[in-house]
Amino acid sequence: MEKELALQMRGITKRFGSVVANDHVDLDVYQGEILAILGENGCGKTTLMNMISGIYFPDEGQIFVDGQEVVIRSPKDAFRHGIGMIHQHFKLVDLFTAAENIVLGVEEEGRYNLKTVNEKVGALANKYGFHLDPQKKIYDMSVSEKQTVEIIKVLYRGADILILDEPTAVLTPQEISRLFDVLRRMKADGKSIIIITHKLNEVLEVSDRVAILRKGEHIATVNTRDTNEAQLTEMMVGKKVSLNIDRTEPKDAAPRLMVKGLNLDNSEGLHVLKDVSFTAYGGEILGIAGIAGSGQRELLESIAGLQPLKSGEIIFRNPKKDRPVTFFHKSMKRVKELGAQGAFHDQDMRPVSFDGMSTAAIRRWVESGDVLFKEDEIINLRNKTPLEIRELGVRLSFVPEDRLGMGLVGSMGITDNMMLRSYRKGPGGFLDRKKPRALADEIIHDLEVVTPGVNTPVRRLSGGNVQKVLVGREIAFAPKVLMAAYPVRGLDINSSYTIYHLLNKQKENGVAVIFVGEDLDVLLELCDRILVINSGAVTGIVDARAATKEEIGLLMTKTEPIRKEDA
Amino acid sequence: MSQHHAENKEPLVHLSKRPAIHPVKGALIRLIAILLGLVVCGLVAFLLIEKVREKPEKIWDFYNAFIKGSFSTPRKFWKFLRSTAILLGIALALTPAFRMRFWNTGAEGQTLVGVLGAIAVDFYLGGKIPELLLLILMLLAALLCGAVWGVIPALCKAKWNTNETLFTLMMNYVATFLVSYFLVIWVPNGSSSLPKMKFGKLPAIGGNDYLLIILVILALTIALYIYLNYSKHGYEINVVGESVRTAQYVGISVPKVIIRTMILSGMLCGLVGYLIAAGLDQTVTTNSVGGQGFTAIMVSWLGKFNPLFMILTSGLIQLLNQGAAQISQDFNVSGALPAVVTGIILFFIIGCEFFINYELHFRGRHARGKAAKEGVK
Repeated sequence: MEKELALQMRGITKRFGSVVANDHVDLDVYQGEILAILGENGCGKTTLMNMISGIYFPDEGQIFVDGQEVVIRSPKDAFRHGIGMIHQHFKLVDLFTAAENIVLGVEEEGRYNLKTVNEKVGALANKYGFHLDPQKKIYDMSVSEKQTVEIIKVLYRGADILILDEPTAVLTPQEISRLFDVLRRMKADGKSIIIITHKLNEVLEVSDRVAILRKGEHIATVNTRDTNEAQLTEMMVGKKVSLNIDRTEPKDAAPRLMVKGLNLDNSEGLHVLKDVSFTAYGGEILGIAGIAGSGQRELLESIAGLQPLKSGEIIFRNPKKDRPVTFFHKSMKRVKELGAQGAFHDQDMRPVSFDGMSTAAIRRWVESGDVLFKEDEIINLRNKTPLEIRELGVRLSFVPEDRLGMGLVGSMGITDNMMLRSYRKGPGGFLDRKKPRALADEIIHDLEVVTPGVNTPVRRLSGGNVQKVLVGREIAFAPKVLMAAYPVRGLDINSSYTIYHLLNKQKENGVAVIFVGEDLDVLLELCDRILVINSGAVTGIVDARAATKEEIGLLMTKTEPIRKEDA
Repeated sequence: MSQHHAENKEPLVHLSKRPAIHPVKGALIRLIAILLGLVVCGLVAFLLIEKVREKPEKIWDFYNAFIKGSFSTPRKFWKFLRSTAILLGIALALTPAFRMRFWNTGAEGQTLVGVLGAIAVDFYLGGKIPELLLLILMLLAALLCGAVWGVIPALCKAKWNTNETLFTLMMNYVATFLVSYFLVIWVPNGSSSLPKMKFGKLPAIGGNDYLLIILVILALTIALYIYLNYSKHGYEINVVGESVRTAQYVGISVPKVIIRTMILSGMLCGLVGYLIAAGLDQTVTTNSVGGQGFTAIMVSWLGKFNPLFMILTSGLIQLLNQGAAQISQDFNVSGALPAVVTGIILFFIIGCEFFINYELHFRGRHARGKAAKEGVK
């Protein structure tokens, strides 16, 4: 063996109640390597790492650092053994500078001298090729800079084993490649790096070895150069999965939702949406790409009637409704012409013919209101409440980002969650649970929702099943527009593909689908067009069949954040 | 690193949250908690009550007092039922608000203004109009007063997002002083004690003064259970309580639900105030509700905001109260000791919720489990 072992885990087991999160996991990490830990959500990746970094305590098993058995009871213990974890959610003090955050909580000999700290931090950053100004305040930083601070914080404490939990989830493609360069430099310096991820392409790009976890068990550790995406997926999921999303050509795409010059301020008076305009067509999937927090949530909530707009229009075209012909906007001559073309029909959908009828007879017939024609209904959704929107007959479905905090009620069962949008229907003051119950059964059956029963609180279901319930309900109302914000976030591969297929099916049914996503590969594969949003402004709308990841990445970061202009 | 080795030991106990608990197991934990509470009470009794210290076998009399306090005579039993009903009634009134996560701590005041409203009508109109009409007007006044007292904090919450807990709490003091104010006006001799009204008394069913109150509260329990679980309003209350954002997302007007529910909550408090005024006291004092508005908060919480469970919790608390009074009488001790006893038992009952929500793991247990597993291999 050329390389020395940095960390060994033997028989690590952790249970939460009856759930076994990690089942006798054995894992080795060498010095100077990048080990990727790959697995679906809920497979125990983060739990395992939390046990090394002192957040959880294992129920069984041993941990060795540099060949010595250690007991890690707290993050402090972990640091003493040279282990540092960079969490998905940053833990930084906004009002402090980078350097102040980095020394926070470090017990050092001698007097506290910010100047030497700044120098030390600068030196560390230079050594590994980070771009960081130690005196910059956190609130002035981008997500990627904050992550840099977190990494240097760990290095400053002398960590030799660095654990990064999904570090790329919030970064643009360019930032990801910069991060990977830094990781490679740290590796060359002899550090051990463990990176938790579920993105296969990143695993293949950056790691030396891959450890695959499935349902809490360590399935295998393989050398990255000896494997490929298909093999990794199979090990991860336990069976072969087709990784292709069928994308059909949109057919008779008609404008369905037109957003014009949308401006929105948040409660602090910051412009969160700036002059956003776009059109969503029925029968296509419009993707929305952008760095997290660029205004995606506010945009969808504005359309759904949950945000008071500053200015702008949201025009919904309700497709083809039967309307009686009137002479108010159609002259007798025009009515006769259109009638000859077969544009009119009666209530039983039989075509209307005026052949051989006198003008007076035609007039009588038309004025009786029995001659119908199809017309798009134009509805402005601006400053309408969600209830008003629904009462106008606009079938707008919305799968929000925060499933249990907004889309569903966690403490209620599937049946009661089905009624959320429809409970007002029916006479009287009492609820009718019959139809929601039937819908609940249908969704459980059709989407293969795993649940102990229709009345089990949805909070207790896994992320994928919660999402199936939510998407299932929103689709059940036969929407004309379907908006979905990060619908596969936190879902495993199988559930993700179920959701993609459901969205595709809606597209085939002529629904205008708006899909906010974070995985650019998926956006490029699933969508017809992609709108890129950056700091609340649209920086481009591209053809998903022709665009590249780099192109979208550039659009995502095109302009500088607005707060710099304010400052 | 090795110098730390010796001190590295696994923690003695660590906690984990239970996903869900089997109802039988939950009931068992609660039962054990009550028994443990009784044992600790016994120890306290042994230390503090002279009679028990001298004759340890008297401890059985001490425990027996809890039963005796409520069941030894028909009078005590009816008092138990009546007081439970009043307590339950106020707790029921609080429950819609609590389900909405609107922490109404103002039941005391809302009930008190209900009593005041009913007595005011009685004071000014008693004897001048037919008794039945008087009783109806008294009821309407009580409902109106309770509703007004409940809706003021709700309006402020809906409009300016004020803190409802403090607001409703302060309204209690306003209610108390309002009663003092009227007593000064109504009682010219300055004693502030209003004699019993001659008119406006609810009829006794079959010669029993309490039966009507008990039946009204029982009907209210069932009605509220149905309202909360099967009506559209009840559904909206649950959605708003769980997540305001979800409510907005589906188009529920949150301020409307808050205001409507607090009108209901206040009105039900007013109804209980009416029962106290027309069914029991026939008068009003600043102490007409006697702190039951606060005890009711506990009844509702312990009953998990379920009207049917609350029958049990209100009964239990009343049992403890009457038991404590019995101890005070039988052992000739001051009222403070029974209060301590009640407190101890409630401490155990509330404390055991921790063991229902969390599971403890002791050091060394998993090591045995591991050994057993290896033994199988």
